[in-house]
Amino acid sequence: MDRREAVTKVAWLLGGTVLGANLFVDMSCKPKAKKFNNEFDVDQVAFLDEVADTILPTTSTPGAKAAKVGAFMALMVQDCYTPEDQKVFEKGIKELDNASDKKFSKKFVELDPKQKTELLVQLDKEQKDYQSKKKPEEANHYFRMMKELTLLGYFTSEIGCTQALRYSAVPGRYDGCMPYKKGDKAWAT
Amino acid sequence: MAENVYDAIVVGSGISGGWAAKELTEKGLKTIMLERGENIEHIKDYVNASKNPWEFPHRGGKTQKMIEDYPVLNRDYTLTEVNLNYWTNEKDCPYVETKPFSWFRGYHVGGRSLMWGRQSYRIGDIDFEANLKDGIAVDWPIRYKDLEPWYGYVERFIGVNGSIENLPALPDGDFLPPMEMTCVEKDVAARIKAHYKGARHMIMGRSANLTVPHKGRTNCQYRNKCWLGCPFGAYFSTQSSTLPAAVATGNLTLRPFSIVKSIIYDKDTKLAKGVEIIDAETNKTYEYFAKVIFVNASALNSAWLLMNSATDVWDGGLGSSSGELGHNLIDHHFRCGAAGRVEGYDDKYYYGRRPNGVYVPRFRNLNGEKRDYIRGFGYQGGSSRENWSRDIAEMNIGGEFKDALTEPGHWSMGLGAFGETLPYHDNKITLDKTKKDKWGLPVLNIDCEIRDNEHKMRKDMMADAAEMLEAAGVKDVHTYDGGYTMGMGIHEMGTARMGRDPKTSVLNEFNQVWDAKNVYVTDGAAMTSSACQNPSLTYMALTARAVDHAVKELKKMNFS
Repeated sequence: MDRREAVTKVAWLLGGTVLGANLFVDMSCKPKAKKFNNEFDVDQVAFLDEVADTILPTTSTPGAKAAKVGAFMALMVQDCYTPEDQKVFEKGIKELDNASDKKFSKKFVELDPKQKTELLVQLDKEQKDYQSKKKPEEANHYFRMMKELTLLGYFTSEIGCTQALRYSAVPGRYDGCMPYKKGDKAWAT
Repeated sequence: MAENVYDAIVVGSGISGGWAAKELTEKGLKTIMLERGENIEHIKDYVNASKNPWEFPHRGGKTQKMIEDYPVLNRDYTLTEVNLNYWTNEKDCPYVETKPFSWFRGYHVGGRSLMWGRQSYRIGDIDFEANLKDGIAVDWPIRYKDLEPWYGYVERFIGVNGSIENLPALPDGDFLPPMEMTCVEKDVAARIKAHYKGARHMIMGRSANLTVPHKGRTNCQYRNKCWLGCPFGAYFSTQSSTLPAAVATGNLTLRPFSIVKSIIYDKDTKLAKGVEIIDAETNKTYEYFAKVIFVNASALNSAWLLMNSATDVWDGGLGSSSGELGHNLIDHHFRCGAAGRVEGYDDKYYYGRRPNGVYVPRFRNLNGEKRDYIRGFGYQGGSSRENWSRDIAEMNIGGEFKDALTEPGHWSMGLGAFGETLPYHDNKITLDKTKKDKWGLPVLNIDCEIRDNEHKMRKDMMADAAEMLEAAGVKDVHTYDGGYTMGMGIHEMGTARMGRDPKTSVLNEFNQVWDAKNVYVTDGAAMTSSACQNPSLTYMALTARAVDHAVKELKKMNFS
């Protein structure tokens, strides 16, 4: 029956089956940054790393940037998102910077860690509120996309699995009733 | 002996084809096993089996390209990058859906024995007698006593773990030690037993995973990555179990890329002489000849093969004289049940990833009970502690949030139902001669749906799960129906059913085609009714029994 339970974590966060060519990305006039892939340039990936690392920062274990979550997000959006979702996500990068500008008169990457956290807490409230009211056919909030990809990317990364969580590639046996004490880490898989 | 002449031909190399090849070769018959797809060699070709989660670029997800290429597979959990190469190319092998039918196929050596769920249950006389008692479809031509020794024979060879329960609705088997329940499952099982006073049971699931070393195969390592192929050979597949046994006899020839196009039928002897194949790589046709032919192409394709054979004698093909070939298509309807949160057990966890769950055998419409539907359903389920994907209220961003997610959350427990689907004559497959596959062969048109009996049953399938979980103290229980269309159970059955009368069935009590006695069909096509248990073990037992019969008939010179 595990096959019934094998629903991948990404299934619910992507959705949609509309197909088509990738949409244009960069409309800014400044010199173009080096491309990372078909959807993102390296500056955008660095930006996503900062967002991810604010959501899941370094604590006693490395944070999302160390786990290269920015690059993971860029790959997932390029390969797995519908063109519509890609558009929302990519526009979201600008919207997040606009929100930063509005609140602190600075670009997101220029904020100090406390300000970054404050802004993302605000955006997280905004996305939760939006998601709870939106119709199913309406697009997801860009920050929900970023947060979900951050969680997925981090906790399935090597750092996430083996340092933030516990991972055993070949358990070798099964114990259905193992003792647990507060602070013990969860299994990665 | 010419190089294209054998004692036996087996069409298909999946769960039942592998069994046919093993039994035929072990009884001394020179056998050729014809597989339409590529070879997948045990261990060597399980290319993703030892990868860590982070080694999959999309972490097991699906890309837009995959969704475009595999629109059918995308209808369920089945579309994932971890084992995409085990599923059939949908563009090369199309079919027509008059009504929605999700056909999840595996065209390669081993077939779906590589990806199957491994749940292994016997069906008993409650099931074998059901059609007769209800006055629907036709009576099974066999009873439990006919199959019982063959179930044991199969279980002892493949290795099925399970517990002896002495339940009338679910015959016990010849088991390896059972897997262990979690502490939550143990307590839920005890509370269900007490609440229903022994009328309902939650037992450990029975699966074809080895809990101890068995016949030279390693025991399960609790990775729960079975459907990638097991490098330890710890679950039953053709590759891990029946194929090595058949190869060891020296009597087996395995020919991949061999699409069997038709069975060659001899009007004078009323027997099959052999088969015609298309080489899937070269498109050349070849003929192979044998005294006996086992058809194990999977339920829909076995019927397809019969429909494409002997059409000069019968318009509808070999076995169509009954008017039942391609009809009575059944599956198990599922994707509904209930789940909830379990309080407490904060000091309990588990070690290892158990590739098995708990099972609730059928309890409805037994002992004189009469619901507003006939037959019943069973549950598969399990418990676990929530992981990082859970929602944590009031904690959204930052280090505290991250550290909280590194610990397991609360326990949850769920039950998902698998219901019997009745064999309706009008649920059918036909050849669509206007549409061709990559090799120019006509494709199947599938026209079936679940009906009133199943829809009524689904209400109980949800409500009973919720009631049982609540009775066991599970909190916040919610029911769900994830939506089901036929095929999603991946338990296609019934398209060449067994019966007692050639006028109303395609196969007799030994799985022989009434119209060509040296042709045996022993996969899901043979099923006269579906019961609610996972069916693969029954196909294996029917196959072993049918080979035993075929070899006895050969010795009596009945096929010459």
